[in-house]
Amino acid sequence: MSTSRQHILGALRRSLQRDQPSAEERKQLEARLADPQAGLVPARGQRPHAEQLDLMEEMLRELAATVVRLDDADQVPQAVADYLKGENLPPQVRLAPRGDLRALPWSDQPLLEVTEGPAREPDTTAVTGAFAGIAETGTLMMASGPEAPITLNFLPENHIVVLRGSQVVGAYEEAWAELRQRFGQGAMPRAVNMITGPSRTGDIEQTIQLGAHGPRRLHVLLIDDAQSSGASPNSVNGGGVNGDGSDGPQA
Amino acid sequence: MAEKAQRVGLFVTCLVDLIRPSVGFAAVKLLEQAGCRVEVPRAQTCCGQPAYNSGDRADTRAIAEQVIDAFAGFDYVVAPSGSCASMIKKHYPGLFADDPLLRAKAEDLAERTFELVSFLTDVLGVEVVESSFSGAVTYHDSCSGLRELGVEAQPRKLLNNLPGVEIREMEESNVCCGFGGTFCVKYPDISNKMVTNKADFVAASGAGTLLAGDLGCLMNMAGKLQRQGAAVRVRHVAEVLADMADGPAIGEPDPGSEQNKSGSAA
Amino acid sequence: MQSSSPAFKDNARAALADQTLQKALKNVKSGFIGKRAKARERLPEFDDLRDAARDIKNHTLANLDFYLERYEEKVQASGGQVHWAATAEEARAEILKICRDVDAKVVTKGKSMISEEIALNQHLEGAGLEVVETDLGEYIIQLRKEVPSHIIAPAVHLTKDQIEADFRHHHDKLPAERPLSEPVQLVAEARQMLRQRYLDADVGITGANFLVAETGTSIIVTNEGNGDLTQTLPKVHIVIASLEKVVPNLEDATTILRVLARSATGQEFSAYTTFSTGPRRPEDPDGPEQYHVILLDNGRSQMLGSEFQDMLRCIRCGACMNHCPVYHSVGGHAYGWVYPGPMGAVLTPSLIGVDEAGHLPNASTFCGRCEAVCPMRIPLPRMMRHWREREFERHLSPKAVRFGLAAWAFFARRPQLYHRLMGVKMRLLAAFGRNQGRFNALPFAGGWTKHRDFPAPEGKTFQQLWAERQRGGPAS
Repeated sequence: MSTSRQHILGALRRSLQRDQPSAEERKQLEARLADPQAGLVPARGQRPHAEQLDLMEEMLRELAATVVRLDDADQVPQAVADYLKGENLPPQVRLAPRGDLRALPWSDQPLLEVTEGPAREPDTTAVTGAFAGIAETGTLMMASGPEAPITLNFLPENHIVVLRGSQVVGAYEEAWAELRQRFGQGAMPRAVNMITGPSRTGDIEQTIQLGAHGPRRLHVLLIDDAQSSGASPNSVNGGGVNGDGSDGPQA
Repeated sequence: MAEKAQRVGLFVTCLVDLIRPSVGFAAVKLLEQAGCRVEVPRAQTCCGQPAYNSGDRADTRAIAEQVIDAFAGFDYVVAPSGSCASMIKKHYPGLFADDPLLRAKAEDLAERTFELVSFLTDVLGVEVVESSFSGAVTYHDSCSGLRELGVEAQPRKLLNNLPGVEIREMEESNVCCGFGGTFCVKYPDISNKMVTNKADFVAASGAGTLLAGDLGCLMNMAGKLQRQGAAVRVRHVAEVLADMADGPAIGEPDPGSEQNKSGSAA
Repeated sequence: MQSSSPAFKDNARAALADQTLQKALKNVKSGFIGKRAKARERLPEFDDLRDAARDIKNHTLANLDFYLERYEEKVQASGGQVHWAATAEEARAEILKICRDVDAKVVTKGKSMISEEIALNQHLEGAGLEVVETDLGEYIIQLRKEVPSHIIAPAVHLTKDQIEADFRHHHDKLPAERPLSEPVQLVAEARQMLRQRYLDADVGITGANFLVAETGTSIIVTNEGNGDLTQTLPKVHIVIASLEKVVPNLEDATTILRVLARSATGQEFSAYTTFSTGPRRPEDPDGPEQYHVILLDNGRSQMLGSEFQDMLRCIRCGACMNHCPVYHSVGGHAYGWVYPGPMGAVLTPSLIGVDEAGHLPNASTFCGRCEAVCPMRIPLPRMMRHWREREFERHLSPKAVRFGLAAWAFFARRPQLYHRLMGVKMRLLAAFGRNQGRFNALPFAGGWTKHRDFPAPEGKTFQQLWAERQRGGPAS
């Protein structure tokens, strides 16, 4: 295959009518890669932080996701139990193995069976955190790692996401900046999943059906934590997304 | 209105020249009413689109050069067709990429060239024309005029300002009628499907008259409507705007020259 | 894949006569056009984003060698492997080798047009592997042994009644009396049938919407979640991507993603946009152990630097075909190869030759709707015209057309002769046609009069009448 590699690169350079980029060109290209610049960010993604929370909720609802806003993370187990009951789902959840989720008062819900780890086939409901919420389109960004198995996002039919207000940003670019802070320039976790609503398909006569292969239901518990009003809204370097350092996958 | 008489060269278009000269005279009337001095260079035949769209660059260039020469010196060049105007305005300069002198001439011509109705409204500032036409019309947006020249609101504005006219928009008025120049004879079955859709939408609009700004599309749609036996009359929009819609519509017999009842076509 | 593009006309005729297909094709118009328009309206920056997206791709293409080398380095640094494939054959062989190395029996696949381009399924099946398409549309057409008729909606040519019949036929272990007439029931059944297959698979193959040079990441955009199950559960993840998919960094991908879903389905963002970088890390609880990228050229390096370079900006959103009245009329299969509609009319001759695919760039009215909606602002009609020019230069266009064109051009280039000849001709035609005002048959115009009347000319030409008017004659 190394001959194919040379063959293809040679053909590309012939088509570009040059050999390698010149030293000056290379410098510019390296600079462009080393310092990624946000492109045109829609105004919708640049609203003040408080408005972004409302936008996040509004966009999620539009996507046929459901949202409950909570004042405190300690209300999560109760909200999970209520949701499962309301949807007539089995009282069992597969929890992402994260310290902050584990530390929630699950024992207050004795009827709820809570296990931890990556998803297995019979699991019906996953409860996970998120790396960020992107209000622009109601998108949840998941960064895989020991505390965030990828399978939890896709295998169970129901996905409950615990999202802190302080993790909500306006635009995708803010989340990328935060991700670089966390993982380092040019590095990525194995998988970054941007999830925008439950699984859907239009493959049969272009009528939208939910739950094609991934989750049929996406339920977001949006916690209005203190930072959501306190933190500087659009500063990506100021740690808006994961400011408390405990929400990210590698915290 | 222009203060000083603009010298306008009319690019008649081959179809208007051959099939429906009355559209050309409607254009002349509209331009003269708006204060233009209209001339018609005899050294014009066609804009070259049939060759251009068939991949024949050499003939296209030769014809384009002919048009460039014939219309040198006019303040404006106006065509009662979005398609032909766009050929000159949007495509001629690209034909001479390798010839700076001709390219400059082509660009100069391109700048001076306009489709009739948008020329009246956008360049001359015409808001109202006078026409005694009365009835419900529906308007088809021909593709080149719409998408290459942005002709969409202008004809509707002038039609709306006529007291006797009611516009009944059809569904998909901005979708191609299936004419496409040589397309309609190269792929007649697909073209037929497209023009059948169009005829259905025209009929469903309930308008008694179908208007558009390009004779090719009009002939295609008229031919289909008439083959289907639809009662819709089909005219170039200039005929209505110039109050010259008294004669037979496209494809209709001329009552003045009826000779024998069983007269069959070739 | 074998092409039937030379039979485009016959294909089109058959498609036009197929009432079930015509019924299904109505869903293309109703399912896509209004939604895209709404999404565009909702984002004031949409058209500016199209410009930005175009500029990003242009910049990348101008430095494609640099970005591909950097992309490769980053994939390797994250523990993945890059396999360069100059041809479809090389790509197929490399994929089979990877499968054999892990002794694979079952391969699941996310939707990939490149896989169709290199006819991967037949190759793997021929080697004894079981290949399972997991995108619902792809699954349906795999059952029917068909190819996609649309690049993002592979089964858009089918009605739900047809799909119900297929499911009843193939899922014969399920109770015969089960209700299955509604899309919701069909989707649930496909979900149930495919679930175990994801878990059985040894290798998962996906395409890529983008490759990111900055990070060595491949991106897939899906709505069903099948792509994620396909690439997460098996031991091996193979990405097949053509080499023009690369962009410099995550921000560049983001800008283009903002126009992709809106142009394709009218969604603000697709349900799942997944960024994959290398195999699972030592500390990861799930994900594939191996990560391979097949970088396919298959003719693209020749498009670079040619008049067809702009086509390499294409992001496969399908907006061009969703808005194409020719596609609406005949559907995707008539085009006879992998890529239908306007983008196919440009790309197919580049990949399989204009001798084979000459009809495709000709079967367009140049209505321009495709270019008007293309998120990457690809001048599709212009490039179709370039193909016609190549055909004309090589004398590939039909003889009758060439002769007719030459005769017409001879006169069009000689105005005096032209006016004299046409003056006589029109007067004759007018005399014949005056009574009816039109002809329902005309020699040499059978293509026209088969389906519609031809209006009789008014009589004298405009030039004759104008000359008379200038002389103070009888004209109006």
